[in-house]
Order: sequence, then C-alpha cells, then structure tokens
Amino acid sequence: MANLSYIDAITLAMKEEMERDDRVFILGEDVGLKGGVFKATQGLYDEFGEERVIDAPLAESAIVGVGIGAAMYGLRPIAEMQFADFIMPAVNQIISEASRIRYRSNNDWNCPMVIRAPFGGGVHGALYHSQSVEAVFANQPGLKIVIPSTPYDAKGLLKAAIRDDDPVLFFEHKRAYRLIKGEVPEEDYTIEIGKADVKREGEDLTVITYGLGVHFALQAAERLEKDGISVHVLDLRTIYPLDKEAIIEAAKKTGKVLLVTEDNKEGSVMSEVSAIIAEHALFDLDAPIKRLAGPDVPAMPYAPTMEKFFMINPDKVEVAMRELAAF
Amino acid sequence: MAIEQITMPQLGESVTEGTIEKWLVKPGDEVKKYDTLAEVQTDKVTAELPSSFAGKIIELIANEGDTIAVGEVVCKVEIEGGAAEVKTEASAPAETKNEESASDQSMKKRYSPAVVRMASEHGIDLNMVEGSGTSGRITRKDIQKIIDSGQMPATKPNPEVEAKPVATPEQPTIQAEPAPVKEEKTYEPTATGDIEIPVSGVRRAIAKNMVNSTQEIPHAWLMMEADVTNLVNYRDSIKGDFKKREGYNITYFAFFVKAVSQALKEFPMMNSQWQGDKIIQKKDINLSIAVATEDALFVPVIKNADDKSVKGIAKEIHELASKVRAGKLKSDDMKGGTFTVNNTGAFGSVQSMGIINHPQAAILQIESIVKRPVIMEGGMFAARDMVNLCLSIDHRILDGLVSGKFLSRVKELLEGYSKDTMSIY
Repeated sequence: MANLSYIDAITLAMKEEMERDDRVFILGEDVGLKGGVFKATQGLYDEFGEERVIDAPLAESAIVGVGIGAAMYGLRPIAEMQFADFIMPAVNQIISEASRIRYRSNNDWNCPMVIRAPFGGGVHGALYHSQSVEAVFANQPGLKIVIPSTPYDAKGLLKAAIRDDDPVLFFEHKRAYRLIKGEVPEEDYTIEIGKADVKREGEDLTVITYGLGVHFALQAAERLEKDGISVHVLDLRTIYPLDKEAIIEAAKKTGKVLLVTEDNKEGSVMSEVSAIIAEHALFDLDAPIKRLAGPDVPAMPYAPTMEKFFMINPDKVEVAMRELAAF
Repeated sequence: MAIEQITMPQLGESVTEGTIEKWLVKPGDEVKKYDTLAEVQTDKVTAELPSSFAGKIIELIANEGDTIAVGEVVCKVEIEGGAAEVKTEASAPAETKNEESASDQSMKKRYSPAVVRMASEHGIDLNMVEGSGTSGRITRKDIQKIIDSGQMPATKPNPEVEAKPVATPEQPTIQAEPAPVKEEKTYEPTATGDIEIPVSGVRRAIAKNMVNSTQEIPHAWLMMEADVTNLVNYRDSIKGDFKKREGYNITYFAFFVKAVSQALKEFPMMNSQWQGDKIIQKKDINLSIAVATEDALFVPVIKNADDKSVKGIAKEIHELASKVRAGKLKSDDMKGGTFTVNNTGAFGSVQSMGIINHPQAAILQIESIVKRPVIMEGGMFAARDMVNLCLSIDHRILDGLVSGKFLSRVKELLEGYSKDTMSIY
C-alpha cells in the first residue's frame, strides 16, 4: 500500500482505468502536454497519446458537449473543467443533455461520462478559482455528484464514476490535492457511489460534511476528545443523490447534528440534509439542527482576511461543535 | 453522610404557609421515608408532614406554633450513604460552572423531541431530572443515563426542592402565588383587661372566604315556612330503634338534606356556579353541610347526595361531624360542594340570612322546628310543627321566580314526608 496525495490517487485512478478499458479517454484544457494546471493528468499524455488525452480549446460547453456525444456512442470520456468555477458555460450541456438523455430516450441512450472539476477555497484563488458550485447541480435527477475527501475514497470513487453508465460530476477539493495524503491500495477497487462513510465514531454529537470539511471536522473532533466530548463524523462522499439512510442513522445516533459546508449557507446541499433529518429523525433530535457554512455573499473574496472570514476552518468547526455539545 | 432539609409542603391549592402544631419526632430519632414528622395546621386543614428521606433527625428548625411559608425548611435529616458528600468535594473545581447553571435554569423546561419521547417511553418524570445542558436543559444523554442505570429519579436533586414530598411537585405555582399582603390598617389600641386572641389559620380562612363571598356575590334572600308535623311524628317513632340498631342518631337534618338534593335534581340551575362569562351547571349534587366546633366552622361535603337514602345521608353526616370534632377532616372531605345546607336550627335560630359558600349559587338555612298554632283547612286551629327555610341566592345566576319554585318544592317534599309515604332506607 502506498501513501499517496489526493491528486496522485486521482491520477492513478484514471491511469488504471485507461489501461483497463480502451474506451476511456480524457479531454480538457491543458490536460495533455502540460498534464493539467494542477498536474492531475501528468504522464498520461506520454503513456496514452494525444488521441486519448486531448487538449481542448477554451470552450467548456464544447468539452462537455463532445464528451456527451462520445459517451452516447459508447466511449467513456473524462472531461476536465480546469476550475469548477468555469463549468457555467457547460451547464446547459450537463443539465439539459447529459442528465436527461436516458429519461428522454426511454432508456435507448445513456451517457457514461465523468466531468472532473477542482472546486473549493482557501487557496487565495479569489472569485473565479474558489467557488463551490455543487448546489447548482444537486437537484437534477439523472446526475450523480461525487466529492471525495480522502485519497482512498478519491481513487475508488473515480473508478466507480468512470465505470458508471450515467453522467457523474466529480468535484475535487483543490486545497486537498497536495494537503491530504493517505494510504491507497495498489490493487483495483471501487467504492459504491451513493454511499456515505462514517469517518469517526462518536456519541455526543454528529457532524455531517464532505470534501475538505471532513478533515476540519476530524481535527476539531480530536480537540474535543481531550475534553471528553466524542464526535461522530459522517462523510457524505456522494452529495447527489444523498445517502438518506446513513444521514438519518448518523443523526439519530447522537440527536445533535452539525452540518458543515464551505458553500453559501442558504440553499446549499446541507439544506437538503437538514430537511431529510427533520423529516425522519424528529423524535431523536435533542437540539436544533445546526449549520456551519459560508456566508450568503456572492463568492470567495481575495483579501486574505476576508477569505479567512468566508472560509470554514477547524477553529470555526470546533466552536460550533462545542456550542452544540453544551446545548 | 449527607444532610437533607425537609421543607414545608404545599398542602392544598392556594395554601402558602402552615403552622407546626406538634412535632412527633425529636432530634436523634431515626425516621423512615414517609414517616410522619409533625402535624401541620394550615388555613384549610390539619395535615401530616411526611419525611421525604430515611435517616436521622438532627435538628428541628421550626418550633411548635411557628408558621412557616411553603418551601421553607422546617427540619434537617441526616441520610445514609456518603455519595452526596463525596460529590461536593469532587466537584469543587467545577463549582463556578455549577453555580452558573444553577442560577440560570431558563432552558430547564425546554424539552427536545428526543427527551420527550424517551421520557414518555420510560415513564420518567422530567420534573425530577436534573439537566446538564445549557441553562439547565435536560439532554438526551441525561435521559439515556437514567434509562441505562435503571434508577428512575424519585426526588429532585436540587436541594431547594428536594425535600418536597413526591406528591406535590408544583413548585412554580407556589412561587407564582403572591404572599398574602399584610393589611396596613390601624386599629384601636388594646385597653387593659382586653384579651388579645391571635387569629388562627382556620379563623383567617373563614374571614377571607366570607369577605370574598359578600364582596363578589350580590345576595338576595327569601324565606318560606313548612309544616313538618308528619315528618316529626315519623322521625320520633323510629328514633329509638334506629339509634339502637345503627349506633347513631337519625336526625331531622338528614331528611332536609334528602329533600334538598331531590329538589336540586329538578331545578339544576340552583346547582350551578358563576364563572364570569358563563354559568356552569354542575352535574353532581354534592351538598356542603356546615359543621361548627367551638371556635371554627367547617363545611364537609356529602358527595352525590341524590344517590343516597335518608339513612345513608344520616350516616355520612355522623361520620363527617365526628371527623370534624376529632380534627381529622382532610381537605378532600371539603372539596367539590355544589350547594350548601346549613343546620342553623341546631342552635335555636328561627330566621337567618346565610352567606353563600363561594363559588356556589345558593345556601339554604334550616331553622328550628317550633310548635305554633296554625289555621288549618276548614278554619280550625291546630298545634303544628313549623320550620322556616331561609334561602340565600346569587342574584347573578338566579332570580326570585326559579328560587321560589325550588323552595316551594323543598317545602312540598318535606310536608309530604310521613310514615306512609317514604322509607328512610
């Protein structure tokens, strides 16, 4: 077993899948010769050639649109958005075409395609390089949205996404790329899409989160453990469709639930998680469902102080946890 | 060993204080839980003060004759088991936190759905649970601990309220009720030779009720006389045998109570209460009867008098009167009256104007039975047994017409009672 960074696990997943299946190919901006701006596709151009690792023009709509066409003809495209912030020109392709094709054609056609996109803040990227855009897509049946938090999950989930017969949005936290390292098995494995994962068992309160939030929650949980407060951490991993069963179970376990996302608070994925808990776990709740999220302002600011204000971090998570534990 | 305090319990609605009449224990005595510690006189009843703990009496704080407000400490008990003492030592570092949460209990009664569900599933009385959450909130974990331990809380761990008997956990209502306002009136100075009599709780309660009734209820009065010669003859004929067989007297009063309950059935408006924007007609006919002792007046209740025979009523009057004289009347014995019958004739009165027993609608005074010459049908004089029936009514509820009809009916029933027309059984 190797200790890999989050981004290396992603690269490895694509490499293995391209070796396993000739139909898999990559297209995106600077993914070829340069190996991607974050180096997620490094080495793949040399190994698989320009026909399977395609440098696309700066046209996200075309990148996704070409992918959809190829997928419908039986290929397995991995389309990379250089930043999730740039996905907006492709929204029509994703929502109106990719997510609808199976339903619209009464199962005659499907779209086995992965759209990878680095998202999230805390990297001094400012407005166009820091946003969380998952909520835009999180009410579109036909789409799946995966956000892994660890290298292990990233590799297993990306492989599952590539093998999935329907479109999967695969958001990677850009700050996690080189910050988060972990053990990744060398053998071939997949992780089922749509399943949340308990990252830490606890008794006093439950934190439900995803992406980098998982690591913030785990760090804060370590601090609370020293004071005898035990925290249960559930990593959603797939944020659409949600793993309702796991969410309800985790909420019922402690009756005190903190939902953490770095997206804007109102209308975020956590709003839906909150609704699921309210619908199904009322009589196990011991406190109001609490959300920690970004403020409802348009996007991540550039000034470091302002970015710090906007972005969640372990300290903020810790404060929220302690408030809930004391309630 | 831990020392617990016994406080004056709430011995009835609106009772704010009690007087220690007599201590039944002394310092050093071992007591079991629920053992009687003292007799307490409130303005309603004489009651027993039970112990909330098993242990040893170490100090009697209140003296006999002292009047103690509800919730104040009357004595101290040392209880077995060192847990409490150990706890106080161990929790010393966290003292500031405890004080803080003890002072702010604003969330104590804000129950989460989980807490309510678990408490109801396991029959836990949340009033008895101490909360560990913010501002005294009871958390799900607090309840889980109780369920896991299998020990349902019996008393509040809060020392202020811990000593209360389990039966009366209505702490907030006690505190919500303002202490009786001391009247600031000035009275004439006491002259030499005058005797100063302290107002007892019972006397004060009577005074308060009378003032209440006269101030609130617009009274109206009417009187009718009834010829009860046949009733007197009948009662006199069975009196001796009855006493021998049953062991108590068959009184005239039992017949009167019977007649009144029967008439009330026919005139339910007489059996009602004024409640501001509505009048409540009571279904049950529960007759309050006035029973006097040398220095006080009690009104125990004959419940469902309409269900009972004359003998049954006589027996109940006998029992209630015995209880009053023995000082054993419980507040339950005086609850729920819907109409009062007052035996004023017992001390020779022939006419009186009763004050209505609030919140009832009327009171009937049964005066002395006296022999008087009466002009009978056909113009002859005869010596007859006559009785005056004096009725006071709440004029908000009742008018003269219905009251007159009711009283006429009572008169008619009484005049019809004789050996041939009725049985006392």
